[in-house]
Amino acid sequence: MAIKPEVVKGVNDICDKYANEPSPLMMILSAIQKEYGYIPLEVQQIISDRTGIPVAEIYGVVTFYSFFSLKPKGKYVIGICLGTACFVKNSQQVIDKFSTLLGIKAGETTKDGLFTIEAIRCIGACALAPAMSINGKVYPKVTPDQVGKIIDEYKKMEAEA
Amino acid sequence: MEQIKTVQSLDTHIAECTKVLHAKLKGEGGKRAIVVCGGTGCIANNSVDIQAEIEKELKAHGLEDKVTVNHVGCFGFCSQGPFVKIFPEDTLYRAVKVSDVKQIIEKDIIGGEICENLLYVDPQTHEKVAKQDDINFYKKQVRIALHGCSLINPDLLEEALGYDGFKGLKRAITQMTPQEVIDEVLASGIRGRGGGGFPTGRKWQFAANVQADQKYVVCNGDEGDPGAFMDRSILEGNPFEVIEGMMIAGYAFGASEGYFYVRAEYPVAVSRLQRAIEDMEKVGLLGDHILGTDFSFRAHIRLGAGAFVCGEETALLNSIEGQRGMPRPRPPFPAIKGLWGKPTCVNNVETLSQIPFILREGASAFNCIGTEGSKGTKVFALGGKVNNVGLVEVPMGTTLRTLVYDIGGGIPGNKAFKAIQTGGPSGGCLTEKDLDTPIDYDTLVARGSMMGSGGAIVMDEDNCMVDIAHFYMDFIVDESCGKCSPCRIGTKRLFEMLTAITEGKGTEKTLEDMKELATVIKNGSLCALGQTAANPILSTMTNFPEEYEAHVKEKKCPAHVCKNLMQYQILPEKCMGCTLCARNCPVSCIAPTADPVTVKPLPNKFVHAIDQSKCIKCGSCMAGCHFGAIIKK
Repeated sequence: MAIKPEVVKGVNDICDKYANEPSPLMMILSAIQKEYGYIPLEVQQIISDRTGIPVAEIYGVVTFYSFFSLKPKGKYVIGICLGTACFVKNSQQVIDKFSTLLGIKAGETTKDGLFTIEAIRCIGACALAPAMSINGKVYPKVTPDQVGKIIDEYKKMEAEA
Repeated sequence: MEQIKTVQSLDTHIAECTKVLHAKLKGEGGKRAIVVCGGTGCIANNSVDIQAEIEKELKAHGLEDKVTVNHVGCFGFCSQGPFVKIFPEDTLYRAVKVSDVKQIIEKDIIGGEICENLLYVDPQTHEKVAKQDDINFYKKQVRIALHGCSLINPDLLEEALGYDGFKGLKRAITQMTPQEVIDEVLASGIRGRGGGGFPTGRKWQFAANVQADQKYVVCNGDEGDPGAFMDRSILEGNPFEVIEGMMIAGYAFGASEGYFYVRAEYPVAVSRLQRAIEDMEKVGLLGDHILGTDFSFRAHIRLGAGAFVCGEETALLNSIEGQRGMPRPRPPFPAIKGLWGKPTCVNNVETLSQIPFILREGASAFNCIGTEGSKGTKVFALGGKVNNVGLVEVPMGTTLRTLVYDIGGGIPGNKAFKAIQTGGPSGGCLTEKDLDTPIDYDTLVARGSMMGSGGAIVMDEDNCMVDIAHFYMDFIVDESCGKCSPCRIGTKRLFEMLTAITEGKGTEKTLEDMKELATVIKNGSLCALGQTAANPILSTMTNFPEEYEAHVKEKKCPAHVCKNLMQYQILPEKCMGCTLCARNCPVSCIAPTADPVTVKPLPNKFVHAIDQSKCIKCGSCMAGCHFGAIIKK
């Protein structure tokens, strides 16, 4: 996969921004993940060239942390909280319902690139359990029978856009 | 704001800011103040829109000069949010919606009448309660770590200064030697609030005793215990207090640099902390020669990236150093050789948030609260099957009964209490018999659980304890960093065994094997994650042996949670033949039988039945039935 020149520049700029920090790798990766949504091997090579950190080490870090992703995620990332407080209030059933309706498992992305389902750890909204978020917007007290409506809402938004 | 570079200028600012905040809260000059909860929980429930609507309405009525509005940190009583509070009357409105704003402005702010419909209603007495302090949830709380949360604007240094901010720091760095600060903290008896419970003063003493050109304070804000959110709320509600605590720590053992390691999942906390640091730098409260002394200090923020094990202090240090977050062998302890090889103390957010109080009010004001071995207060995140979900700060030694029933308001739907899980994935369950146990570090360990970071998840009769253990094991398998084989492989095997049990394939031998493997993992792992990985299993096996036996011997799940071990059934005597369940069923496994309904004579209505061989146990039928005719068995 060829990386576009503007992305190469963007990644290099991010590396330079943190060049004076001690041990900047985590900061660089967080910034790239936030900006581009994923960190494929080709981008890791660019980081390595710029910072001198071996690709092996970068790859080790990228694959260790769940926030960093090697593959692009869907346009809408559906994060269902699997913290204990949500779990005891049936959040697993909410995940199951999303899986059934979208035909993908947690951690996977739909073929059209629209939705990714993620089982996430506590988002700290325990009073709203079971809670979920789509691209950061939190949905409180979700029940399995609301799931279809939530998906339709986003599909409709896509169709209109 | 002007520079605060001398003790005198700090005193002047504190006096001025205290006066201003006091005037705001007491309504001097005929002004009133509205505060809106800006904690993550309430933001998720539209509190930002509520605040914007309030601003709009105030403007529409030409009241901008007479009434102020701002956000504050978490009120703690999250299940009743979003909150809007009016000063000077101290009226607390709960569960406010954007559409309620008009009423608040017109009826209360303009008309001077309380909006009764927005007040908290005591579930026992059914009386409406207007003031926060009169609500049972708050009555037994003592707020030290949560000082200023839900009162001050966390984005304004002035309000922190007006509410006791930096008085502890001032006393420490201008009136005491570093050793006197350590002695004061030792005398307070405070132990690490993050889970370990190690005396904070002793940790500082270790680092103080080491000679080094550079030392570090690290604040552990990688709050990974699912269900605990006190660190987030403290950082969101009063970030200045935590920075102050960190600076006092730095002064005590000779560190001039501090790092906050905060979960990336907490964007609100991170942005408020960032802003607080920048504002303090601007006025000179962070930087060189603080308050004209020889003490210099700088604070930095590092974000986590979603790894539970990074809450372990040595894994956290590796993560800050840009490596995989795997634990290091100890010794050497971080206090001797920590971040970048330099002496480092890693203190939890809640611990640091209590330090300013100890220095401000003195050790004796702290150690007079609590039990023999555990002093002060502890914040618990009360969640799960309890009416009042939220953050509560209570003196050490408070009983679980007080926590669950008096403060928590009991279990919803009058269900029976089954267990309370403390200490997260490393902790254990406490049951009915432990309800009157005073909670502190030592009693919890004695009863097979632990304090952990203070997550307290209540479970009722509908929760299956094998399923809960299965859930925690899934978490641990996911989060094991993979360094030690017993943890990496052993937890996976434990998870498989538990899966077998929940699917009805477990035997009594499985139970024995689990216990044996649990011991191996405990003895063969480097860090606390592995050493405590099997706790949820061991604790549930000890406290609920009958549930495990029912799963393996009778192949039944008593709580009807494990799908392979339960069935949905239609009660013929209650079925009205309305066909709703059949229409809701995603796999069309419900059909009418030949039996006419018996509830009342209805023509052409037949009792329905579920074809168990096709049923996927999704529960849609039961959720939709209007007649309570479908049960789990």
